[in-house]
Amino acid sequence: MLSRTADHLFWMSRYIERAENLARLLDVTWQMSLVPQPLETINQSWNAIIALNSLEEAYAKKYSTVNGENVLKFMVSDPDNFASIFSCLRMARENAHAVRGTLTTEMWETLNSTWLEAREKTFEQLFNAGIGDYFEWVKMRSSLSRGTTLGTLLQDDAYHFIRLGTLLERADNTARILDVKYHVLRPNGDEGATDFYEWGALLRSVSAFEVYRKVYRDVITPERVAELLIFNKDMPRSLQFCLNSVIKTLEKIANSHSGETERQAGMLHSQLRYGRIEDILDHGLHEWLSDFMDRIYLLGNGISKDFLVPMDEAA
Amino acid sequence: MNFYNEMYDAQGGVRAHYKGYEDWLKATPSERIARKRAEADLAFHRVGITFAVYGEEAGKERLIPFDIIPRVIPSAEWKSLRSGLRQRVKALNMFLHDVYHDQEILKAGKIPAEQVLNNAQFRPEMMGVDLPGNVYAHIAGVDIVRAGEGEFYVLEDNLRVPSGVSYMLEDRKMMMRLFPELFAKHKVAPVQHYPDMLLEKLRAVAPKGVSNPTVVVLTPGAYNSAYFEHTFLAQQMGVELVEGRDLFVKDEVVYMRTTQGPRRVDVIYRRLDDDYMDPLAFRADSSLGVPGILKAYQAGNVTLSNAIGTGVADDKSIYPYVPDMIRFYLDEEPILNNVPTYMCRKPDELKYVLDHLAELVVKEVHGAGGYGMLVGPASTKEQIEHFRKLLIAKPDGYIAQPTLALSNCPTFVEEGIAPRHLDLRPFVLSSGKCVDMVPGGLTRVALTKGSLVVNSSQGGGTKDTWVLED
Repeated sequence: MLSRTADHLFWMSRYIERAENLARLLDVTWQMSLVPQPLETINQSWNAIIALNSLEEAYAKKYSTVNGENVLKFMVSDPDNFASIFSCLRMARENAHAVRGTLTTEMWETLNSTWLEAREKTFEQLFNAGIGDYFEWVKMRSSLSRGTTLGTLLQDDAYHFIRLGTLLERADNTARILDVKYHVLRPNGDEGATDFYEWGALLRSVSAFEVYRKVYRDVITPERVAELLIFNKDMPRSLQFCLNSVIKTLEKIANSHSGETERQAGMLHSQLRYGRIEDILDHGLHEWLSDFMDRIYLLGNGISKDFLVPMDEAA
Repeated sequence: MNFYNEMYDAQGGVRAHYKGYEDWLKATPSERIARKRAEADLAFHRVGITFAVYGEEAGKERLIPFDIIPRVIPSAEWKSLRSGLRQRVKALNMFLHDVYHDQEILKAGKIPAEQVLNNAQFRPEMMGVDLPGNVYAHIAGVDIVRAGEGEFYVLEDNLRVPSGVSYMLEDRKMMMRLFPELFAKHKVAPVQHYPDMLLEKLRAVAPKGVSNPTVVVLTPGAYNSAYFEHTFLAQQMGVELVEGRDLFVKDEVVYMRTTQGPRRVDVIYRRLDDDYMDPLAFRADSSLGVPGILKAYQAGNVTLSNAIGTGVADDKSIYPYVPDMIRFYLDEEPILNNVPTYMCRKPDELKYVLDHLAELVVKEVHGAGGYGMLVGPASTKEQIEHFRKLLIAKPDGYIAQPTLALSNCPTFVEEGIAPRHLDLRPFVLSSGKCVDMVPGGLTRVALTKGSLVVNSSQGGGTKDTWVLED
């Protein structure tokens, strides 16, 4: 398939996934903020979302204080914020538009109508109608586009590059959510009583609350939450699940110079395949997650270089 | 002025081929029609069948209005049109081959040589280049109007990158979806095989020795006004949609950049004007084309469709000579009429034009899309005086034609159903072996009352076109 087409497909799916994960993160933070607690703690978790996306400077240009409504407005519907849900949906649609002939009619119509609907409402309208409903809507639209892809698209290269975009983005986002929440919830790394509501909300944000119950049949502890999100091979949003699928997808699209990228992916995968949560926690979860995110970033660069960005003409 | 009405005769009686539709229209409650029209609008929006308008806010997309009253053509009329189109496009292709080879028609004095050789659309680069099947215009969009008592005229031959075929196909799909009962009652000739026919023609003109050619559609990009159509055709044919930057030339061979490395390209259905095709040969500032592609083309390693240099045959200053081409190459009398044309470069004809500006239609020789034209009877004094200055300053840049009493057809507009003027663009496909087309074509309709300009860029709409089978 054309490199440029693959590039658009890869980014199209990354942006959809990003919009969904952002909706999940904002949703869980919003819900947590409704649980009685000091205002300072609440604002700290809103601030973490800005920090997570390295948007401190852009945010400070528009707002002088960090609070729920400002952060929501900035991250949900600010067209100037390239990381907002609004911008992600627009970029997903623009990438799709550039290759709409490669998509099935159903996929294109899903993305196009998502975008048309997203630009209809102002933030105030969304907020007054219940911001939780909006997050649900974003998640459903993302599910719908994944569903139409799975249900209608030929499983050729187009499918593989879409899948790859989704998986890399999701691995990165799950790591981010875990990193920021683990930090906020256990700022000193102390072994104090865990807050059922907060860890429960975190699990729900990655649709893992029921999964946790099924897998552990026990009370929620931070270690197990981390273990589930990193190591569970069957949970679709865990790091190991994502890397398992990345490896398989890379095998299918491999070309004559993608060997190094496959090796890097394999190394990262083996850490997840054979690692233990105890070792990671001893080493420091934050350090481990930062390293993981760096390596996902490099993997994305490798894929871009090997497949997506036009190759040397002499090749 | 009296206009030929497609649905009703001069006495107000419904024409035989519209009888079935008219009965249905009368019997169908207006609420149902209104609902269906709203449904059509919504569906076109969701599918994203839009076009970008030049000169408006960048990236802005508009719908082309779709009218649910079809344009119906009886079988006998279509057969005669089809013969006329085949004849005309065949002669135009022979003309193109001739002017880029032996130039017999110029030697015979049928067309003034300077008219051809000094034409900006004449490409000396094409001299002596042999093309598969000697075909230049593989895809021609011939604009046909009906005037007077209902006779057909060719308004212009579009041989460069004619567009609109996707609307023809989408309009049919929409009509079948909205009103299946109409198709059960009428024998409407199908058109949906157009992409198949196009692919077959493109494969047939692949370079010599290529048995399983790789065909691509080349688009200027997502901001082009016809981008929807480019993606549509590529998808329907199952071929790659490429931009210039996806292609490169090495050793006079064209490749596309794929995730598996370079892959050779044999046939390019390009939706890009000559000027932008190759920055090394034509406009150096073009970033839309492919450097070196002209050399690859001249070497016979790739087929461009349409060929480079077809503009010399659809230019408005060459148009008046098409009937002579038909006589010269085919030794036949033209089946389709040409509109009488005044060539302003001839002093006596210019004088006539200047004296009758208020009655004539004046067109730029190289203009297209309804831009840069004057419709005398519909213009203000200022507009006419403006064109008078343009004509005196640059007479060879213009032609003029009598204002035709274009036929009209009942159409849904704000005040209800009212007659609006229309034209027809059949898409004529040629390979070396034969000239083919799907029945009918794209019907464009001017939605503004009294307007004779049907171009979508000027607010025109479209109708489904039915050729009724016997």
